[in-house]
Amino acid sequence: MLSIKDLDVHYDDVQVLHGVTMEVRATEIVTIVGANGAGKTTLLKTITSIHRSSKGQIWFEGERIDHLSPHHIVDRGLIRIPEGRKIFPTMSVLENLELGSYLPKAKALRSESMGKVFDLFPRLRERTRQLAGTLSGGEQQMLAIGRGLMTLPRLLMLDEPSLGIAPLLVREIFRTIREVNHQGTTLLLVEQNVFNALDMAHRGYVLENGKIVLQGEAHDLLGNEYIKESYLGI
Amino acid sequence: MNFPGLPLLLQSIVSGILMGGVYSLVAIGLTLIFGVMQIINFAHGSLMMLGMFTTYWLYVLMGVDPYLSLLFSIPICFVLGLLIERFLITPVLDAPAHNQLLLTLGLSLFIENLALFLWSPNFRTLDIPYLQTAVTVGTVMISFPKLVAFFFALLLTAFLYYFLKNTDLGKAIRAASMEREGALTVGINLRWVYCLAFGIGTACVGAAGTLSAPFFYVNPSVGGIFVITAYVVVVFGGMGNFIGALVGGLIIGVAESVGAAFFPGQLKKFIIYFIFILILLFKPEGIFGRRSE
Ligand SMILES: Nc1ncnc2c1ncn2[C@@H]1O[C@H](COP(=O)(O)OP(=O)(O)O)[C@@H](O)[C@H]1O
Ligand SMILES: [Mg+2]
Repeated sequence: MLSIKDLDVHYDDVQVLHGVTMEVRATEIVTIVGANGAGKTTLLKTITSIHRSSKGQIWFEGERIDHLSPHHIVDRGLIRIPEGRKIFPTMSVLENLELGSYLPKAKALRSESMGKVFDLFPRLRERTRQLAGTLSGGEQQMLAIGRGLMTLPRLLMLDEPSLGIAPLLVREIFRTIREVNHQGTTLLLVEQNVFNALDMAHRGYVLENGKIVLQGEAHDLLGNEYIKESYLGI
Repeated sequence: MNFPGLPLLLQSIVSGILMGGVYSLVAIGLTLIFGVMQIINFAHGSLMMLGMFTTYWLYVLMGVDPYLSLLFSIPICFVLGLLIERFLITPVLDAPAHNQLLLTLGLSLFIENLALFLWSPNFRTLDIPYLQTAVTVGTVMISFPKLVAFFFALLLTAFLYYFLKNTDLGKAIRAASMEREGALTVGINLRWVYCLAFGIGTACVGAAGTLSAPFFYVNPSVGGIFVITAYVVVVFGGMGNFIGALVGGLIIGVAESVGAAFFPGQLKKFIIYFIFILILLFKPEGIFGRRSE
């Protein structure tokens, strides 16, 4: 479904990603784990054309997409829930969700999608009139995911959905993410929360200093000695 | 310094509010562009001048009523704004702020000099009898063209507010001004939103030009007179804050006109520059905060 080949990315002179090659297949949950500064966010921004690669290719559903504009990528159903949520703070919860269905295809199904989002996150239904900036961190994350779902994703990429959120809500959010996958959406989950991410995913990649150093079945990675030592502290 | 009597004070307040409506419209154009693109448009005044000349020439050459010419100056300025954004601003969007500043300043000099070349520096006025009339309420005289300008300025502002608040496109513009990355992730085409914001901002100031032409003179450097005050309004109301620009325009309009009653002649703008400096020193985010709604 998504296939990345030999991707190099720079910020000015500094190279941040080195020859990243990876793939996500339809209906999978794939995770990319790595420490702070490894280049995970940069990878997702490059996939969504917010940042440009200096070398390599990105393919989505049989089409090369690394020259497209960000809104064309969204229109193809390749959606990123950004790190730090990036919701519209002085708009209501409802308006945030409506803007998720800004593009024509998504707009045609607006009320239907909204019903689904409210079924996944009943907390949002109770707060439709509230300004998004006044929600708690966990609720804002739910809103960001809900807004992403409103765009009708085929592949949903989540950048550290557990960052800065109370543990109880993290569990709820992870449960919902899994539910979204059960309903047919393919997921690419980026996390520093290595255990939870690998526990939930089918496959995983480990990114270190902009290079993929390990990859495989999530279950195998959880048992891997290097990962246990470097990331799980066991 | 003078101490004006009550009638003069009342007259100043009313005139100030009426002028304030025009300042609001100019400032809303400026603040919208700043809120969405983080660019201070120094060509705003020359674009206003183009709005004024559109109205002037339409009347002189074709006898079009100045208020009817809103139907021309608004779309002309809108399209002009789109083109300026697309071909001049887009290339410097990622450039440092001083490059953007120099670009809009250069554009302003270009437009003004072109206007000087085409139309000379002469002061022109619209000589239409009904524009000379006034309504008198008690001791206060209300100039008819200022009253009409105020009314249309508020009407256009209300219309724009409704558009930004209630349409998908308007919400996309607000979304882009609040949170660029969030806007990108829902598929908002930022390039187009920038074009649109610049077009709307220019249409606002063009309309303000048309509305001012009936009670002011028209010449190539006239825009600066309004726009310098509009900068004060934008800073006063909070950069990027729509409501701040609206309310700020009225307050600064009154401050200017009451100030002029106290400090006649060359000092008449003293009060508003004084306010400008005070705000920058002690409340740089403006009275109403930066882009609240
Ligand atoms: N806008 C930027 N300009 C310059 N360097 C950046 C920028 N964003 C990120 N970086 C650098 O790129 C590297 C990878 O960052 P990032 O992709 O955010 O990592 P992660 O998401 O894994 O924490 C870091 O060294 C970071 O400092
Ligand atoms: Mg990151």
